[in-house]
Amino acid sequence: MKHLLSTENLSIQDAIGILDTAEEMATVGDREVKKLPALRGRTVVNLFFEDSTRTRISFEAAAKRLSADVINFAAKGSSVSKGESLKDTAQTLAAMGADAVVIRHWASGAPHRLAATDWIDAAIINAGDGTHEHPTQALLDAFTMRRHWSKLNGTASTGSALKGMRVAIAGDVLHSRVARSNVWLLRTLGADVTLVAPPTLLPIGVESWPCKVSYDLDSTLEAGVDAMMMLRVQGERMNASFFPSTREYSRRWGFDDTRLKALDELGLKDTIIMHPGPMNRGLEISSSAADSPRSTVLDQVRNGVSVRMAALYLLLSGDSREAAPSLSSAPSSSKENN
Amino acid sequence: MTEVTAAKMPSRVVLNQADIDRALTRIAHEILEANKGSQDLVLLGIPRRGYPLAVRLAHKIAAADPAVNAKAIVGQLDVTMFRDDLSHQPTRPPHPTQLPISGIDNKVVVLIDDVLYSGRTIRAALDALVDIGRPRIVRLAVLVDRGHRELPIRADHVGKNLPTSSSEKVRVRLEETDTVDGQPVNEVVIEGGQ
Repeated sequence: MKHLLSTENLSIQDAIGILDTAEEMATVGDREVKKLPALRGRTVVNLFFEDSTRTRISFEAAAKRLSADVINFAAKGSSVSKGESLKDTAQTLAAMGADAVVIRHWASGAPHRLAATDWIDAAIINAGDGTHEHPTQALLDAFTMRRHWSKLNGTASTGSALKGMRVAIAGDVLHSRVARSNVWLLRTLGADVTLVAPPTLLPIGVESWPCKVSYDLDSTLEAGVDAMMMLRVQGERMNASFFPSTREYSRRWGFDDTRLKALDELGLKDTIIMHPGPMNRGLEISSSAADSPRSTVLDQVRNGVSVRMAALYLLLSGDSREAAPSLSSAPSSSKENN
Repeated sequence: MTEVTAAKMPSRVVLNQADIDRALTRIAHEILEANKGSQDLVLLGIPRRGYPLAVRLAHKIAAADPAVNAKAIVGQLDVTMFRDDLSHQPTRPPHPTQLPISGIDNKVVVLIDDVLYSGRTIRAALDALVDIGRPRIVRLAVLVDRGHRELPIRADHVGKNLPTSSSEKVRVRLEETDTVDGQPVNEVVIEGGQ
């Protein structure tokens, strides 16, 4: 693996490998020295063309816990606002010696462009591109679900997948890169995914996705779910009227107090409520649902650091010098014996 | 489990199951002797094959001193993140680090590995220990010392000193981690060389 651009073509071995590595990374947070020297001397650039709090901070924390140097770049206040192109920005970063570029861009496909061209020879991590993909968010969601699912089944979470878990993802699927990445990854891990949204907020071609589609949140809940993921209504991308009013949206597709109570009445005592954040409280999720013991919102943030540490470690730790002159058969090059 | 099919390279067995068992029994007693008893002892195995060796040693120490609970003194210390060759090797997935409940602060920690070679794994282990706590004493026990040190590190307890050429490979195979042709094995073999 050289880049992490998408979850669509991530194999189940790679996916489980990242989640297992994240499991080890999570233990660093409990130690006296919360830092590992694994990426000492490497430079990670956070290249953010779009606003973000938790993703950028999470990547920064992950890189710093692995002892990498972090450079934060926000498009606002940079030469991008003077009209600099992505190519020139990338080549500038390459000249400064970036080893990894974490990129968030408003244009779908911008990370693929960086990875496919010779503008920059660094590992590219997609931190959200347009309405396309957000792979590390899907991985941290899967990590959170896997911990819950294996606890329920009484098995160790390391090495396991999500076979048989019923996941419902509700809300603005049309604009959501989180939904796309999750659908691909959860399919790979063996979970059953149902998308719930008003027809206007579903993308064209959704019928060919490896998941079920429903327009009715209540009947989906009645059919039984193990994880309920609410998506944010993306006001900044709402350039047309997708639903009549926010009140109607919240009644029909929001996770409100009535539906929170319905979970207990349906006997779904182990169902978790997930949200990638930032939340619109009172719109797609009610405050009591967001703060209930079922909510994993803060676990997701915590797990995000572990998952991003795993991704950075796996992308950056490998042999960086391709076809390097082999140092004869020096003892340290033997993998088996010390 | 590492599945090995019959070796294609010329290889010879230098320690068989009984030899390994005798060496571990002696090391267990040496550890107790050097520590003047079993107080504050913690055995930390380095993945992968150091850990099963640490478990075996803990049982032998418990057999020699009934006051010891074998499970309570043994742990595993992963050193992957502390290696100095991370950017020169294919990516290694990390292993879990599991410490005894008593922790390692002010303890006598005995690091246990299968083969001592360049000494670089042990250097990484010492760095990993510092980030976890502050042991009173750190000692090192290995099943095989094959020489060719690249760092000023030596073992306190050695199962067997094995003079080797650096073109040879020393393989430790334990029934907890390896099978050969589907059969569990306990042996140390030298492969390659002249």
